[in-house]
Amino acid sequence: MTLPATSPQATPASSLVKTLGIVSTVCGLIIVGAYQGTYDAAAANRRLALERTVFKVIPAAKTMAEWQATALGIRPAGGEAVAGATRFYATYDADGALAGIAVEAGAKGYADTVRLLYGYAPDCRCITGIGVVAMKETPGIGDKIVTDKAFLANFQALDVKLNAELSALANEVKAVKHGSKTKGWEIDAIAGATVTSRAVGKAINDSAQSLLPKLVPEMEKLRKKKS
Amino acid sequence: MSDLSRAQTFDEFMEGIWRQNPVFVMVLGMCPTLAVTVSAMNALSMGLATAFVLVCSCGLVSLMRNIVPKEVRIATYIVIIATFVTVVDYVIQAVSLAVYDALGAFIQLIVVNCIILGRAEAHASKNPPITAMVNALGMSLGFVIGLLALGTVREVLGAGTLFGVSLFGANFQPWVVMVLPPGGFIVLGGWLLLFSALKRRKEARLAAQEGGHGA
Repeated sequence: MTLPATSPQATPASSLVKTLGIVSTVCGLIIVGAYQGTYDAAAANRRLALERTVFKVIPAAKTMAEWQATALGIRPAGGEAVAGATRFYATYDADGALAGIAVEAGAKGYADTVRLLYGYAPDCRCITGIGVVAMKETPGIGDKIVTDKAFLANFQALDVKLNAELSALANEVKAVKHGSKTKGWEIDAIAGATVTSRAVGKAINDSAQSLLPKLVPEMEKLRKKKS
Repeated sequence: MSDLSRAQTFDEFMEGIWRQNPVFVMVLGMCPTLAVTVSAMNALSMGLATAFVLVCSCGLVSLMRNIVPKEVRIATYIVIIATFVTVVDYVIQAVSLAVYDALGAFIQLIVVNCIILGRAEAHASKNPPITAMVNALGMSLGFVIGLLALGTVREVLGAGTLFGVSLFGANFQPWVVMVLPPGGFIVLGGWLLLFSALKRRKEARLAAQEGGHGA
């Protein structure tokens, strides 16, 4: 037995299309309304969260300006985003002097990418603090990188001097086994959280190797606070 | 409102909280239940986000129940649910980035929470908006209670805090497995055990009563 192509009670196609059209329109309006209504608050939230992390990494900072480093040099961020550009933040203290530079970095940790922000001090050519932007490391083990005082002490003055040609770091930053740190550019890993500690080292090294050679020769551009 | 319809409305409301509790009785929506209940705050935010989506989508589905042909009903339900999930996604970003980061992809995954599509199909599409929304509200509260039951136990045991407030002082050694995925299964198992024990006791009591009448 074959069924007729359309039974007498079949809903006409026009009615189906009309219903779907109405539902999509109503839902579309709700989504656009919600997007418009929350956009400013969400953007302000994101900016605030970023500022809070930047100011935590560089405690003397009072204001900040976003910059980007491209193959051609550094320039203030804004306008068109350049592909492959690295973002960083120049921060200034209460007197308007350069307080330090905060850079975002990331590397694969134990569970997911560990995204962090590190503070670079141009005068000592070292890293003076780190803050975690996002991570999914194991609670109680990998997440000690934010709380472990001995680990954070690595970043009071982590050596990231450039070599004589200013083309790369003089010494590669890396995490070493717990208790075996001897050099200023080594990071003493947390016992039991070696993978996460190494991720922090790799994130800083990768970012510093690519950014600092572009940044250091043009440091004077950042000294003056732009009003 | 007559006494009868008030009693019915109350019944609709209580259904999700106790008799048909989505977490402990129907065992639905296990993905967020196990994944985001590492802390009471996360559990509460997830519960409230789901509640908003559930109540709004059930209301809209119910309003449209007479104009939506049955051939396209699943498509319309999913579009409606996805709409409110998008709204809640934006609202959480505007309210708190910390909560947004903690819940991660599980906010978007509310779209495929089977409690919501289940309610739309089984209840909202057959009842007027008020009844549908009251029922959805009861279900939502039941879900919030379920998530909180897991979230509080896991946070207290696994981190020694409750809503971020330290309970036991600095010497507490957290039972870390509780905030890891296995802890979710262990605590859920514990709660399900408790609920089925309660149910059995009640059945045994009822059976004993009936036996008494029979004699």
